[in-house]
Amino acid sequence: MIQKGWGERTFEAGNILFLALLSLVTLYPLWHEISISLSSAAGAMRGGLFLFPRGFTLDAYKSVLSSSFIWLAYRNSIIVAVAGTILHVLFTATTAYALNKRSLPGVKAMTLLVLFTMIFSGGMIPTYLLVKTLGLTNTLWALMLPGMISAFNVIVMQSFMRTIPDEVEESASMDGANPLRIFFTIILPLCKPVIATIALWECVGLWNNFMQALIYLNDKELFTLPLLLKEIIAGQQLATDTGQFTTFAAESAIAATVIVSIVPILAVYPFLQKYFMKGTMLGSVKS
Amino acid sequence: MSQTMKSFHKHKYYYVLLLPGIIYFILFKYIPMGGIAIAFQDFRITGSVFNSPWAGLKWFNILFESPDFWVALRNTVIISFYKLIFNFPAPIILALLLNELINGAFKRIVQTIIYFPHFVSWVVLGSILFSVFSVDTGVTKLLGLSTSPIMNPDAFRGFLVGSEMWKEVGWGTVIYLAAIAGVNPEQYEAAKIDGANRFQLIRHVTLPAIASTIVVLLILRTGQILNVGFDQIFILYNPLVYNVADVLETYVYRVGLTMGRFSLATAAGLFQAVVGLCLLVFTNWLVKRMGERGLW
Repeated sequence: MIQKGWGERTFEAGNILFLALLSLVTLYPLWHEISISLSSAAGAMRGGLFLFPRGFTLDAYKSVLSSSFIWLAYRNSIIVAVAGTILHVLFTATTAYALNKRSLPGVKAMTLLVLFTMIFSGGMIPTYLLVKTLGLTNTLWALMLPGMISAFNVIVMQSFMRTIPDEVEESASMDGANPLRIFFTIILPLCKPVIATIALWECVGLWNNFMQALIYLNDKELFTLPLLLKEIIAGQQLATDTGQFTTFAAESAIAATVIVSIVPILAVYPFLQKYFMKGTMLGSVKS
Repeated sequence: MSQTMKSFHKHKYYYVLLLPGIIYFILFKYIPMGGIAIAFQDFRITGSVFNSPWAGLKWFNILFESPDFWVALRNTVIISFYKLIFNFPAPIILALLLNELINGAFKRIVQTIIYFPHFVSWVVLGSILFSVFSVDTGVTKLLGLSTSPIMNPDAFRGFLVGSEMWKEVGWGTVIYLAAIAGVNPEQYEAAKIDGANRFQLIRHVTLPAIASTIVVLLILRTGQILNVGFDQIFILYNPLVYNVADVLETYVYRVGLTMGRFSLATAAGLFQAVVGLCLLVFTNWLVKRMGERGLW
């Protein structure tokens, strides 16, 4: 063991200290919000560091969870996240699989067609007008269909599929299976790691999607959680007027809504983490 | 002809698999690209791109004469530039620091914590930030500030850069850490035998190993220079800071979808997309000239 120099040890200690501080700074705002959500109205109004809830109470949660809109928003967000993810993964996989067939006539042109969308797009207004023309505005489809496939994920999926040995497919087609059958019964199951990674990225993206919800949804019954939350913050007064929030604990009610809306992410986070490294390995294969 | 039919028949299942994807890309990506035509038309919401009268460059003239557009463009460039300078290198430095940790358990805990904000939406973070930096109920006074940085035009851009760094710096390390993990340990051993100290190892082994990743991400980032991030701005900005915070994306949204001036908003969006595309192509060319591998 070589003796570590003074400089190196200082660096090590400083590094640990810095990263510990960074972790605290990252955690604090979240903890602040949890504390406020559990505080009484008066406690929430007093400023400063929130290291613990002040005047512990679940009133804010009771008030938030008694609003019917939060449950509707929950339902809508779940529909969009689940159905949107399934569509995304399925059609990203079919596209990637077929584009990987180098011998397919026209495959080069179609690959270019897909790749070009990564560097140029029609923009917000033409896309909005298309969605409107298709009659999708004010439906949850508007949050799922316009982003159903991403060229980036097609590339990620393609590079994973290339690691599957050709013999796997060859032996199956010799047994008389057609490509559709091979895709669904052999390729898809083998792609589980990449599917899990893309599904998690996509699911979180759909759950957090704000802009499309803002643009496409008018009907409050269709609001997803991010849109409802934005509306609650912006129209705090309005919400009080219409009787959605009967208490004056606006600060803690907003905080409780925030916590309620990130509970699902907190719940899947450990699961998500398992796929961190795998997902990024795939990402780096790309370059 | 029969040759084509035969080939098509042989591959028909692949085309069946490809069909939904191709329909999707044409419908949702290429038709909107065609819809850009309304930037050159007098488009009304009751009409369509096929029967609207052509207007030439009228909307671009109006756009370039509009002070609001220049304010939005200026803010976009300034905010984006700050973000590039501070938020692009930050994850690289953080990844190097994480890589130097010897204690594996501590490293995992730090990673678990700093990755988290990436998975939370700007709406949620926005309301948390409003609360944390509120003058009445937050830490603003403890930090010695008299106003919330969210309400202060002098501090708002810095706040945008800082809050984005706080949200994304952790997750940004992931791709660099993956690249670092791919380095052959023998390289470190060989360098150590040659008497390299820790900082020389970082400088001469780790950094070269992630250089190509840095270049690829930098090229992609340059193409995004006029995209500041709609959600963050839209959630955080307010009348007090409009003048320093309105960017092209919020401008397009406001002009197009709130005021219904579709042609003007499309012209602004086209300007944004073309500049992005040109910057991407230019950076890629530059990088290749400098002898690195580009995107294509």
